[in-house]
Amino acid sequence: MSNNSQRPLSPHLTIWKWGWHMTVSILHRISGAGLAVVGLAILAWWLAAIAGGDEAYAGFSDRAKSWYGVVVLVGLTWAFWQHFFSGLRHLVLDTGAGYELRVNRFWAVMTLVGAAVATVITWAALTGYLSAIVAGGGQ
Amino acid sequence: MSRGESATPLAKVRGLGSAEHGGGHWLEERFTSVALVFLSLWLVFSLVMLPNLEIATLKEWLGSAWGAVPMALFVITAFKHGLDGLKVVVDDYVHDEGTRVGLHFALAMVAIAGAAVALFALAKIAFGAN
Repeated sequence: MSNNSQRPLSPHLTIWKWGWHMTVSILHRISGAGLAVVGLAILAWWLAAIAGGDEAYAGFSDRAKSWYGVVVLVGLTWAFWQHFFSGLRHLVLDTGAGYELRVNRFWAVMTLVGAAVATVITWAALTGYLSAIVAGGGQ
Repeated sequence: MSRGESATPLAKVRGLGSAEHGGGHWLEERFTSVALVFLSLWLVFSLVMLPNLEIATLKEWLGSAWGAVPMALFVITAFKHGLDGLKVVVDDYVHDEGTRVGLHFALAMVAIAGAAVALFALAKIAFGAN
């Protein structure tokens, strides 16, 4: 195809209104890239540390439990759940469903809510707070 | 020039540019995403359900087939899906073809090397003498 520089550009490119689907769309890309680069590197490091024995695993564990380790791991947990729920939404959108404005906005917002809630629950479970709450509530 | 319903499939796509391997790549990314729905949930639930995350516990877990086999599947599928996703990001922002192909190659090398390290570590844990 030859490019014709004389053709007019679309006049709509600078006229748009912000919507939740835009935020969710770019978060899907950011969380996906974060999981692929940082998440998979840590996964490989973690498995290698387990295979390496006590000393190697202690090195991994100390960094994971440091304040910056916790920031990265909580960030990855959020990125995972955001990408997970947003990915499920994309699989539905791929079938051609869910493009009505209200339906689309509702599920875009729900991926954000779901990811925040799931991140809190995951860390409550990992740190033992969840079982403490469940045990306390069951008495 | 508009073409109606009577146009042949070829006439409908002519002039829209090359499809290259886009269709297959798009579909593969979906296949791995569906597999990862199950594999990633398995990983999160396993980590949460383990009594602790000490090395002895993890070695016992990954030393059994119930730990090692899903973990191997997760490693392979996650690295494949991550590579596919990063390639799309490169395609969107890098317009020079030489740079794009070079980045695709570099990403593939890093992904394959990363997956190899993870799988070797997993094999060592699963088949290790200790």
